Amino acid sequence: MWGSRRLSSSGGHFLGVVGSGCRVGRAERPRLASWAVYSDSQLIWTLQNKPWIFSEHRTVCFKSCRMTFSSLNRIKSYWPPLTRPYNAAHTTVDSSEVKTFLALAHKWWDEEGVYAPLHSMNDLRVPFIRDNLLKTMANHHPGKPLSGMKILDVGCGGGLLTEPLGRLGASVFGIDPVDENIKTAQHHKAFDPVLDKRIEYKVCSLEEIAEETEDTFDAVIASEVVEHVADLETFIQCCCRVLKHGGSLFITTINKTQLSYVLGIVFSEQIAGIVPKGTHTWEKFISPEKLESILESNGLLVQTVAGMIYNPFSGHWHWSENTSLNYAAHAVKSMAADHLGPADFVSKEETEAPQAEASTISQVHEELKE
Amino acid sequence: MAARLALSRSCALPASARKSSLVSCRRWSGNTADTVYDVVVSGGGMVGAAMACALGHDIHFHDKKILLLEAGPKKVLDKLPETYSNRVSSISPGSATLLSSFGAWDHICNMRYRAFRRMQVWDGCSEALIMFDKVNLDDMGYIVENDVVMHALTKQLEAVSDRVKVLYRSKAVGYSWPGPFSMADSSPWVHITLGDGSTLQTTLLIGADGHNSGVRQAAGIQNVSWNYDQSAVVATLHLSEATENNVAWQRFLPSGPIALLPLSDTLSSLVWSTSHDHAAQLVSMDEEEFVDAVNSAFWSDAHHTDFISSAGTMLQYAVALLKPTKVSARQLPPSVAKVDAKSRVLFPLGLGHAAEYVRPRVALIGDAAHRVHPLAGQGVNMGFGDISSLLHHLSTAAFNGKDLGKDSE
Repeated sequence: MWGSRRLSSSGGHFLGVVGSGCRVGRAERPRLASWAVYSDSQLIWTLQNKPWIFSEHRTVCFKSCRMTFSSLNRIKSYWPPLTRPYNAAHTTVDSSEVKTFLALAHKWWDEEGVYAPLHSMNDLRVPFIRDNLLKTMANHHPGKPLSGMKILDVGCGGGLLTEPLGRLGASVFGIDPVDENIKTAQHHKAFDPVLDKRIEYKVCSLEEIAEETEDTFDAVIASEVVEHVADLETFIQCCCRVLKHGGSLFITTINKTQLSYVLGIVFSEQIAGIVPKGTHTWEKFISPEKLESILESNGLLVQTVAGMIYNPFSGHWHWSENTSLNYAAHAVKSMAADHLGPADFVSKEETEAPQAEASTISQVHEELKE
Repeated sequence: MAARLALSRSCALPASARKSSLVSCRRWSGNTADTVYDVVVSGGGMVGAAMACALGHDIHFHDKKILLLEAGPKKVLDKLPETYSNRVSSISPGSATLLSSFGAWDHICNMRYRAFRRMQVWDGCSEALIMFDKVNLDDMGYIVENDVVMHALTKQLEAVSDRVKVLYRSKAVGYSWPGPFSMADSSPWVHITLGDGSTLQTTLLIGADGHNSGVRQAAGIQNVSWNYDQSAVVATLHLSEATENNVAWQRFLPSGPIALLPLSDTLSSLVWSTSHDHAAQLVSMDEEEFVDAVNSAFWSDAHHTDFISSAGTMLQYAVALLKPTKVSARQLPPSVAKVDAKSRVLFPLGLGHAAEYVRPRVALIGDAAHRVHPLAGQGVNMGFGDISSLLHHLSTAAFNGKDLGKDSE
């Protein structure tokens, strides 16, 4: 997968990765092909340069290149569906990611296995979700603090976060594009009769849910998911669509910084093996500022952003002031959210020129959907 | 299924089968019609019942299902008997706080208990002495009959009967734990087989079944133990005259410690640890002889020798030169006039300590985890201490939506 290719590449490739590891998180395409295109336009990436300044014209060239791309692609990985019109149902699911997770689908519930850090992350994310949801409730049932809440867990995997929320009394709907993950999750919850009734799982993507329902959920959780999606803007829009007014969106993800590259990819994946190789791609990481701007442009007001740090020696997570590695965000759908439509996308183009191409593409998506 | 049941029944049997129990009881696919409890407490003594009670009253357990298994019958105390029971415990202030956190202490106060404010511990062979008391002479501890404690706990269990189910006359005969992760198809819960053949499952099993714990044996937890060459004789004694009686007395004789614990203005409880032979003698001699033996054990200086006395005095002078200390005058305990008929009983003493108190899906509390000599009056208090720390962890885990059995930190 990605990791092994990176290891086998030379120093030049290394710089190439780092340089192109910028704001191209939009579409799902093989990154290595981008090196082939851009290695001439030398990126000596220095620490002073802000990565995303490079990328703006990258994004533009990139998009046009992608359309005529086939000859440049040397990689036998998943091909974007260029031959058919964009179908909303596939835009946020990145099939290469699906493949990575398929290989590990049976390992979810091994608490000392590859997913151990996610198990211990529950110590932070469950109280974070629980306490922020309790703030919105006038009174709650002791013993079942979240009872009466409908929660959507997007990218639930094996149900690691879904089950604790179910135990706290919520009705949780867990979705994941990987079939095997849902099978594992269903198998695991079947042993507990209480959870069996409170949790429901389905193999599908967020867009499919968004097409069918709107304003349904009290909370949507995308924990360790947004760094794996193909189209973040669409993803956030769908989250917003399915949330009730005043509903909460919880995101935990990884920041896009030099530190997250060194620790999150190089150390965690390649050296220490804390995270399986190829799980993450640095280009898809997103900074809290960028995430906040996407959330706010979709009518989700950010309430909290808090940093999280993992201690690989103790296996535990801790809250931190520092968001340069992992962080958690809580946003609430405001009343104005529903009034956003294509017109708003056009106005955004005027204010943020570098985002021009990207916005046009998403506008095209909107029009196609409608 | 029947074959597996038979196999697991043998698991609870002799220690030699212990090794095999770990291996044989693995592949239980379980009967899905079994009720899955969140916590099962095995053993309904003071510590087991208090654990079930504490969980039942905990706010984060309102939605959980708890089961208490007790092999004996339900003890109903309609009216407090006139005579005091000979089995009493010294309840420390910390334990009293735990008991009041779920309302059992109020019941005890409404029944009977005796607070003591001072403790004198002294030696049978010399003048060595320690006096314990608190600032302002606050209550140091409470002497409560075990039956009174049990009755208070039973009442509080009934108050939360929607969450806590108590099965009397139910003895668990087999336990089996889930296999390692690789056997993902088998049920991840602990399976318990009862004497009547019924089975149930639970996410967490708490063993409060005493020093011969079946839970500890089935879990294969190593236990360091040995028997003391001592038995304890207990009795209820009538004092010669009514006194304030708020002091606990303990004297260390060459044969073992003898303790007098206040029950009321005229009654005290005796706990005398001594050799097996002497204990048997004490229990079988007549009441008058027994009373004399008790009085002389407390009052007589027959074991004092000049050598030890003078050595002791010199040591005290030397220490006083370096650091002046308050000199406590030795007081004499009240004399005993009579012993309650039929209240003399003896039981053997021993030590036990489990190598691990907690393992995945099992926790040991009370004497199952640690069995001690009664001389310091700490046995049941340590059990209550176990409850309070386990409760704290379980409560936090429940509020975080965790799988209770996995919280093995």
